Amino acid sequence: MRTHQVVVVGGGLAGLRAALELNKRNVKVAVVSKVHPLRSHSVEAQGGINASLGNHPRGSHDTPELHAFDTVKGSDYLADQQAAMRLTEDAVMRIREMEHWGVPFSRTADGKIAQRPFGGAGFPRTCFASDKTGHVLLHTLFEQCVKYEEASERGEMVVYDEQIVTGLVVHDGVCRGVVVWDFQTGEIDVIKSEAVVFATGGAGRIFGKTTNALISTGLGMAIPYWAGVPIKDFEFVQFHPTTLFGTNILMTEGARGEGGFLLNNEGERFLANYDDSRKAMEVAPRDIVARNMTREIIEGRGFEDEYLHLDLRHLGREKILERLPGIRDLAMKFVGVDPIEAPVPVQPGMHYTMGGIDTDENGASPIPGFYAAGECACVSVHGANRLGGNSMLETIVYGAIAGEAAAEYVLGGGSGGGPGDAVFEDTRSREEARLKGKFNGAGDENPADIKDELESTMNEKCWVFRDEEKLRAGIEKVEELKNRYTQITLNSQGLRLNFDLLWALELGGNLSMAEVMIKGAQRRKESRGSQFRMDYPARDDENWLEHTLAYHTEEGPRFESSGVDLSIWEPKERKY
Amino acid sequence: MSDVTFKVFRYDPETDDRSRFEEFTVRVSNGMTVLDGLYHIQEHLDGSLAFRSSCRAGVCGSCAMHINGTYRLACETQISALNSNTVRVRPMAHLPVLKDLFVDMEPFWEKYKQIKPYLIPGKDPGEMERFQTQDDRAHLDVIIDCILCAACYASCTVNNYDEEYLGPAALLKAQRFFSDSRDSARDQRMELVDGEHGVWRCHTIFNCQQVCPKDIDITGSIAIMKRHLMARRLSPSFKKEL
Repeated sequence: MRTHQVVVVGGGLAGLRAALELNKRNVKVAVVSKVHPLRSHSVEAQGGINASLGNHPRGSHDTPELHAFDTVKGSDYLADQQAAMRLTEDAVMRIREMEHWGVPFSRTADGKIAQRPFGGAGFPRTCFASDKTGHVLLHTLFEQCVKYEEASERGEMVVYDEQIVTGLVVHDGVCRGVVVWDFQTGEIDVIKSEAVVFATGGAGRIFGKTTNALISTGLGMAIPYWAGVPIKDFEFVQFHPTTLFGTNILMTEGARGEGGFLLNNEGERFLANYDDSRKAMEVAPRDIVARNMTREIIEGRGFEDEYLHLDLRHLGREKILERLPGIRDLAMKFVGVDPIEAPVPVQPGMHYTMGGIDTDENGASPIPGFYAAGECACVSVHGANRLGGNSMLETIVYGAIAGEAAAEYVLGGGSGGGPGDAVFEDTRSREEARLKGKFNGAGDENPADIKDELESTMNEKCWVFRDEEKLRAGIEKVEELKNRYTQITLNSQGLRLNFDLLWALELGGNLSMAEVMIKGAQRRKESRGSQFRMDYPARDDENWLEHTLAYHTEEGPRFESSGVDLSIWEPKERKY
Repeated sequence: MSDVTFKVFRYDPETDDRSRFEEFTVRVSNGMTVLDGLYHIQEHLDGSLAFRSSCRAGVCGSCAMHINGTYRLACETQISALNSNTVRVRPMAHLPVLKDLFVDMEPFWEKYKQIKPYLIPGKDPGEMERFQTQDDRAHLDVIIDCILCAACYASCTVNNYDEEYLGPAALLKAQRFFSDSRDSARDQRMELVDGEHGVWRCHTIFNCQQVCPKDIDITGSIAIMKRHLMARRLSPSFKKEL
């Protein structure tokens, strides 16, 4: 058994930022990550991170209030307004802090952090480092962790990589630690801690067509869900307009921010033909662009009935090489297209889960001692649709906030003395037995088949356009897959370096989160932000201006709802 | 659609006396990568196969391995581009094999940490961002693209006989901070890479540069640091110190 004051689970942007905040406050912290932190999905983020720095001449009047309003409007008024204000107020300080720590931001002619236009804002607000912003932010935060791992002036900080958290230790309703599977040795251990911060990322891999890394399975949301923490607003899924046809690898919104066009098979900038994108065109918010692209494809104006063209050729070689070198490289390697010479085949793909672990404005969940931040959490600052450039911002702002809150909780005595060591040892041995026996001989199902069927089900039944019939069929299928999941037999035994077992375990997370999502989508009978119901095409503030809360039961999720903070702006029709 | 033969390195030091290559037949579809092939094997043919992966988009650095004669990222290597009916896959060299294609990366990370891989700023910047001219920022282009996949480390022949050699990736990282106008520890950084296991051990063979999936001029970066070290030795103030 190991002991640390606080355990942070996940080594992406939110996790490392939380850990640095705890370390700064002299709290002994351990980061547990199932991959090396630099392999986290944050590294794939491309286009940028929003803050009202006002460094661009067209955005010199920018303020946190304007940024918060755009965020709330973009959310279709489902974001909690004070939380959105906190996001945008802290944004300026956090971006400058990242610069101080060494992030090589692209620069303006006068040497300030450069900003580019992104969807949902009327002027440039998105700070960037070419189109590799996530990569440089993550590397910089990891570098700071390396610095303070060895520094003597602060509290202890340890990073355990390739160790997988499989469960929480919750005793008398208080979170007291985590169970950890050391993947390289096969050992099951417990870490006793006074608080736990989850920063485990999204759940893109419940879909087939997703920009997410293979590791974004949703298990990190499912573990607290199974332990009694509600999942909030999980029906809201962001479909990114421009993902590479075939692999759904991200082509940053920055490509359109820099002036790229979206074209149909008639070579037409079709966004002009739709009321909601006529004015903002390619930099309309993501939900709107993804819907109008899908309409074009359905109506036969796509290519091979599958994709459209992202045309960057008019930007010229120099600008593409300076501002968009990463996506050029990806397009050349994965579809054999050089954007300097030819348009890139793109289609909408699952990109982001707005919903997640229910937390308050301090990153605290309803279970004392359990916190969450980043994509796995739902504060909510993104509501029904997230603006591009706000996700990385949330990771560093709310990563720091959750770290601070957990530090205050621990330094204030937490929830008092915890249970004796016997409780931890008991949890540990039960978990070891569970993992060893979980997929042994009940039937002959292969987890890969279940995963394939889940992905295609979610692609078809819980996609951009939803309706009762599709969602019901999807729910039936997900329930069938959940049953078949209990019939898995693995051909690889043991706990050391057993990927067969790891992926089967992850699949349990995929299935639970898919169920919460699709049942939440079926329950919400309106269209708001990213959720579009063909059978309920209008927003319905009277009945549905509320957060969805899903609680785990043996029979499936039990739904409740909670109010939305509307204390600053009154909901209006969302027009661009 | 055609079939290829994957010849995959298999070895579990806890149970096997020696390594072997195991053959698997994989049906190749359009756009299929070596990583897709390995997943097909792991999911359908032999669940015990061990290899790392994460982003599947060539940016996280998890899946560097030796594929048909050179180091590449499995996720961005199209099987069709190999122009071969055989895909021969081995783990990275110079790092202990823990199982199959899964190596112990610790020696690599240890060396990365040795060069102090973080900005050492000068005076307190206060609340505002520090200014950096576009020209100064341009010095960081390309070298910041390093994803620490360790392909260069595995390809470097010097790593083969000098276990303490810092290796290309750590030296490139040293050059990244050395080149940053905001860093104030240039002397300290030079001292960290000076010495027999530092830049002088580089024999300018260019293997690292050839295998780098991000096309970074690693050998050139090492040469720049060698030049700075020489200039430092020859400078009057330094001579006085001697």
